[in-house]
Amino acid sequence: MRSLTTTTTAATARKKKEAKVPDEDFKLPIVCDADTLRSLIRRKKSVRVVDVRKAEDYQREHIPTAVSLPLARVLENDQPEKIVTLLEELGISDSTPVVVYDDTFGALAARVAWTFQYVGHDNTALLEMTFKQWKELGLETEKQQHTFSRARHLLNIKKEIYVDASYVEAAAKSKPSTLLVDSRERLNYLTEHIPGARNIPYTMVGSEDSILRNAEELKRLIENRGIANDAEIITYCGSVGTLSGLTYYALKLAGFKNVKLYPKSFKEWKALGKPKEEFKEATYWDLSAE
Amino acid sequence: MKKSRVAASAVRSKSAAPKPNPRWGREEETEIFAKNVRLFRQGKISDDDFRRFRLQHGAYGSRLRMDYSMVRIKVPGGEITPEQLEKIASLSEAFSIGSAHVSTRQNIQLHWVQLEDVSEVMRGLVEVGLTTREACGNTVRNVMCSHFAGVCPSEAFDATPYAKAIARFLLRNPMCQNLPRKFKINFSCCDSHGLVRVADIGLVPTVKKPSSSSYTTTTTETSDETSRGFKIYLGGGLGAASFIGHLLEDFTPEDRLLATCMATIRLFDRHGNRENMARNRMRYLVHEMGWERFQKMVLKERSIVEMTTSYSTEQLFDVKSHEDTRQLPKASGRMTTMTKLPMLNVKVTKDSLGFERWLHTNAVQQKQEGYFTAFITLGAGDITASQLRVLASAIRDYSAEGVARNTPQQNFALRYVRETDLPNLYEKLASAGLANPGALTIASAVGCSGTTSCNLAITNSHRLAKEVQRKFLELGLDIDDSLRDATIKISGCPNSCGQHEIATIGFFGGATRMNNTMTPTYTMLFGGSAGEAGELGKAVMRVPAKRVIDTTLKIIELYKNERAAAAVAAAGGGGGDEDHHHETLHQWIIRLIKGQGSGSIKNLEGMKAALAQVIQLPSSPQQDPDAYRDYGSDSNFTAKTARGECAA
Ligand code: SF4
Repeated sequence: MRSLTTTTTAATARKKKEAKVPDEDFKLPIVCDADTLRSLIRRKKSVRVVDVRKAEDYQREHIPTAVSLPLARVLENDQPEKIVTLLEELGISDSTPVVVYDDTFGALAARVAWTFQYVGHDNTALLEMTFKQWKELGLETEKQQHTFSRARHLLNIKKEIYVDASYVEAAAKSKPSTLLVDSRERLNYLTEHIPGARNIPYTMVGSEDSILRNAEELKRLIENRGIANDAEIITYCGSVGTLSGLTYYALKLAGFKNVKLYPKSFKEWKALGKPKEEFKEATYWDLSAE
Repeated sequence: MKKSRVAASAVRSKSAAPKPNPRWGREEETEIFAKNVRLFRQGKISDDDFRRFRLQHGAYGSRLRMDYSMVRIKVPGGEITPEQLEKIASLSEAFSIGSAHVSTRQNIQLHWVQLEDVSEVMRGLVEVGLTTREACGNTVRNVMCSHFAGVCPSEAFDATPYAKAIARFLLRNPMCQNLPRKFKINFSCCDSHGLVRVADIGLVPTVKKPSSSSYTTTTTETSDETSRGFKIYLGGGLGAASFIGHLLEDFTPEDRLLATCMATIRLFDRHGNRENMARNRMRYLVHEMGWERFQKMVLKERSIVEMTTSYSTEQLFDVKSHEDTRQLPKASGRMTTMTKLPMLNVKVTKDSLGFERWLHTNAVQQKQEGYFTAFITLGAGDITASQLRVLASAIRDYSAEGVARNTPQQNFALRYVRETDLPNLYEKLASAGLANPGALTIASAVGCSGTTSCNLAITNSHRLAKEVQRKFLELGLDIDDSLRDATIKISGCPNSCGQHEIATIGFFGGATRMNNTMTPTYTMLFGGSAGEAGELGKAVMRVPAKRVIDTTLKIIELYKNERAAAAVAAAGGGGGDEDHHHETLHQWIIRLIKGQGSGSIKNLEGMKAALAQVIQLPSSPQQDPDAYRDYGSDSNFTAKTARGECAA
């Protein structure tokens, strides 16, 4: 969807930053840039790179030292204990910095990263770009498959970043300061959404060469929307919390502290027969050239 | 794919440097817009003040949802660069619906943008030199120029630099900031292309030989003896009540163009009706005053303008700076004697290859020998973000001028394509679903936005235009050359953004109670045309929305029958001296309007009778509810509109 205009020279020019990477207890930012990751890998720091694409894509090639954890496996094991087991199997201990990437504009990576943080693995970052962009920049890849010896990881649920349907319903009814954010595309949102939700489509938070715009830009976009800095914000999307996962991180990057994800999203909401807001006075779908 | 790349780089190496970007947008305006939205949301700016401000900056309220905007991007002269198209693609993905929409006045519109995001769209546009400033509101709207300007074999000279220079002079000019109503300026290339009779000011480039005092809109010899000028038409315009513009004088020399435009705008500003919203376009002023009086006033005002305008102000109208100084292919002597853009591939059938059909209906030769203008057929002007990117890349690869133009038929024109590149261009467009045939034919139906986004819309004209196109292409009507000069244009209400009044067969939307059921209907008009001899269509009858396609097909059938009968008569020797068995659908319809039909249908009354059957709906709405509904809707029809901000 997004084309990449930068060339390898940009990446190599950024190499200079390498020296700044500290040696121990390295706390990753929300978004990890390519050069920081490359330097961590090259200097054999204990970073765990997690590839969430399909297993066969991983087998074809991946970022050096990456392990494979397709999103589908995370969704199949959608219980905190099982997620912790997955972490342990990938050799991720409580202190291992983790960088997640995908090939779906960051949405799948975001959902996995959120899951890790939910079960207590705070030191998780999204790679700033997709695998395709990584390749287009001519950065290193390999075929070798990696396994690491099993690590130990505590379960430490971060409940403040998760909500379910009843929480959403209650908040929509009695907490006017809570903001519901629908991350689907505009036409889907216009058609129907959770009452009171506002639309920040996932397409709005990315940029041409990065899965998320920079913090300053995101801040400006959200300030334009008149959203208060201390607002409680709940993001949701159409089905499993991928698109809304990306919006979740966009809001975090923009400096919002109190952001939550409703991972079961509108799919569950509809299945539960909860109320919807619809807009039928215009035939906007007929504008689409698809 | 490989092959086309090789060809592309060959062309690229020969093509000129990128065209200088006139930089229409200003970054500070985006910040002011964002600030005003905040103040408006906080209740610190009144609704009316904010509306005025918003419109002046190119954002309309969306249909029944004022928290969304339609952002109208001005494309002066219709000329747009690949970088601009790519930017519009990303902005449409980020803030709109992932598609953009080409309007009938060479704007590009992004729909359903949240009001709070409009400033971000503007910011992105400024980065590539575009603006939305004065795209709406009571000011001078986008200045149009024929998409054939510069390549038309019949033009006296290329009007594009003049169009851009006047657009530049008037943009943000204090004299245009608070007009009684919107104001439209259209340039043509020659007497047949362009919309000069339906604008407040319409201009046809003309040259004059001082010795013989004869004027011509076609090129003879553009030597030093000739001087450039324009035929200027004033007071035309389409709307709920439309008028055809009047010729100001036989020849307006180019050095009086600015003063003529300024004088006209000043008169309108002083005398235009500021009370009655429904009658405040300049055409009403001209109509009420009478043309002769208005004409005299313009000429007098022009002298005053000329006496009072400083040299340095005049210098701001800088045609030279908008001239294309790059080395583009020159027109050859042979082509300049041609009067019509020739058709390619004269023989095509429904079984012809896609490429041959496309060549026939979508490409014409330019006056520059060996170069072609190819058209991209869109459905009612809609194009997706990914298609925009392919289009941008096609421009880079195949257009020697490195820009495209959008057209009032809601398509794109790619000019200066070499003959040898046409197959590769076709292939590239086809890979993105952009190689539909029919651009220059009756199949390319025009449709305004209608109920998809417009507050004033009664019907879904947008979808209907797409449906007409689909059906006509399916039936192969695009390859029928007897239909080629006919047009179908559809508006969703009487306001004419779909330009229904200059179509061979035009439609505007309404609501009619039929069999006790509110039903979407269209008033059908016949015989409108554009160009210097442009005429407005005549209303014929009302047709239910779901009968429009059948009705147009029936008209074509009737025409074919009449033509066949005329051919038989001619063969039998009794057909008189008229060539009716050769006439086109458009010509036949014009003849009917004049009551000069020679076959079984003599006039519009005859036509109505012949169509009485096909417009019938099933007598019980319960039996076939869909027939009583509008396109794109599965519920019963109601006509809902809100305050218009005039999307025209
Ligand atoms: S005002 Fe009428 S003609 Fe203009 S866009 Fe709206 S529906 Fe179409």
